[in-house]
Amino acid sequence: MKRAIITVVGKDTVGIIARVCTYLASEKVNILDISQTIVSGYFNMMMIVDVTGRDADFGRLEEELAKVGEEMGVVIKMQREDIFDSMHRI
Amino acid sequence: MINITEVSETNDMIEKENLDVRTITMGISLLDCIDSDLDKLCEKIHDKIYNSAKDLVATGEQISKEYGIPIVNKRISVTPIAIVGGAACKAQEDFVKIAKTLDKVAHEVGVNFIGGYSALVSKGMTKADELLIRSIPQALSQTELICSSVNVGSTKTGINMDAVRLMGDMILETAKASEHIEVNGCAKLVVFCNAPDDNPFMAGAFHGVTEADRIINVGVSGPGVVKTALSKVRGENFEVLCETIKKTAFKVTRVGQLVAKEASERLGVPFGIVDLSLAPTPAIGDSVADILCEIGLEHAGAPGTTAALALLNDQVKKGGVMASSYVGGLSGAFIPVSEDQGMIDAVEAGALTLEKLEAMTCVCSVGLDMIAIPGDTKATTIAGIIADEMAIGMINQKTTAVRLIPCIGKKVGDSVEFGGLLGHAPIMPVNSFDCSAFVNRGGRIPAPVHSFKN
Repeated sequence: MKRAIITVVGKDTVGIIARVCTYLASEKVNILDISQTIVSGYFNMMMIVDVTGRDADFGRLEEELAKVGEEMGVVIKMQREDIFDSMHRI
Repeated sequence: MINITEVSETNDMIEKENLDVRTITMGISLLDCIDSDLDKLCEKIHDKIYNSAKDLVATGEQISKEYGIPIVNKRISVTPIAIVGGAACKAQEDFVKIAKTLDKVAHEVGVNFIGGYSALVSKGMTKADELLIRSIPQALSQTELICSSVNVGSTKTGINMDAVRLMGDMILETAKASEHIEVNGCAKLVVFCNAPDDNPFMAGAFHGVTEADRIINVGVSGPGVVKTALSKVRGENFEVLCETIKKTAFKVTRVGQLVAKEASERLGVPFGIVDLSLAPTPAIGDSVADILCEIGLEHAGAPGTTAALALLNDQVKKGGVMASSYVGGLSGAFIPVSEDQGMIDAVEAGALTLEKLEAMTCVCSVGLDMIAIPGDTKATTIAGIIADEMAIGMINQKTTAVRLIPCIGKKVGDSVEFGGLLGHAPIMPVNSFDCSAFVNRGGRIPAPVHSFKN
């Protein structure tokens, strides 16, 4: 399975998770795990999603998610999981 | 499974501490392009480079996007042109024609630089080697993306003092030839001792003759990441200090290894090495000098600087070697002056001199790098500085290099702007006592006694 990490960072507001999940559902991307914290009013969320077989449109998903974030005033990034695995796991 | 703290740590390194992959460099052998007909040679060189590297930039950008890590430069290194052009080039202009071909194809494939306008003359010069070296001022002032390097010595062969003397002249002539163009050609010209065959960094990258047909080498960087990590252990002892640098270097290098593996797979070109250098840029917070300050110095250049740099360099290597299967020959810390705001500040404060920089090169990965000197410096003096630096490399069995930039019409106290990644630099004073009788002797300095290992 190929996994990607979606991070959402920004000022907390109503419906952030709903918007991201709606977008992912419309793109048929399965969510495997969600964790979230709020540090001094700042929303910090991480999602692990399944991107198996999505190599061709990875760039598009990444761009569209960033746009969804812009609309809500938060920063959304989607990165392949390997970069975190490489850095933090031996 | 990865947790949110680890994800934030990685993304903070990228977003706030300037962690990046400094370069993906594709090494391309041009040995199979050799032809005695200059036009045919240029055509073959163009086609081989174009076909090999046409997807390099797009692939680099795609990887950058998918992993969310900036890949700043995409570059090409080629077989030293003195070897490739030997059969076809009968005059300096012939070599310049090859330089223009390289420049053209580099523009076509969209890379930032192409390295390998080089000659390896550590023991002696062939006619072609000498022609290429003499063509450097013209080649660098008439092209945009070409980088040139000349290896004039090694621990195994000694130092070719004829070549050292010649390079003194060529550096000065390159400065004069590029006086009226935007970038000083000397910023793209480096003189080496013990040059590695697989260096991904410019200006010294070339594709050694011992290498495969094509290869992907990656250079990672991140002085800001090391500095931030060290700011959390202020006042702790050396054990804690060293451990922190080592762990950080490990993490940084792992990213390089991942990118190198991906690039290699996607381009269908074998993976060569990861070079885990702390290479600064003029951006604030991307400075090796700042790390030295964080270790405990008021400015780079203060007493203790050489020791601090020595431990930094060593710990970077120790962290890096475990993170990558193949580590490159230049790994460590780079100390270019004009490309590092902290170094510039140290020079302007009067803390850092050319002599101290020379001492620092004994313990770090490269040498006297991106140092602006007065335009009226004598060619023999430049040759003397090169000879000193080459001797350090030869005796200590390490790579050393010299990238001096004489600034025509400028004096000590003036400042010069190189633009972009090359930064700006204050003109540094050079010892004005004469060494011409020494460098004009001719011949070569024999290899040191510890080179006889057979």
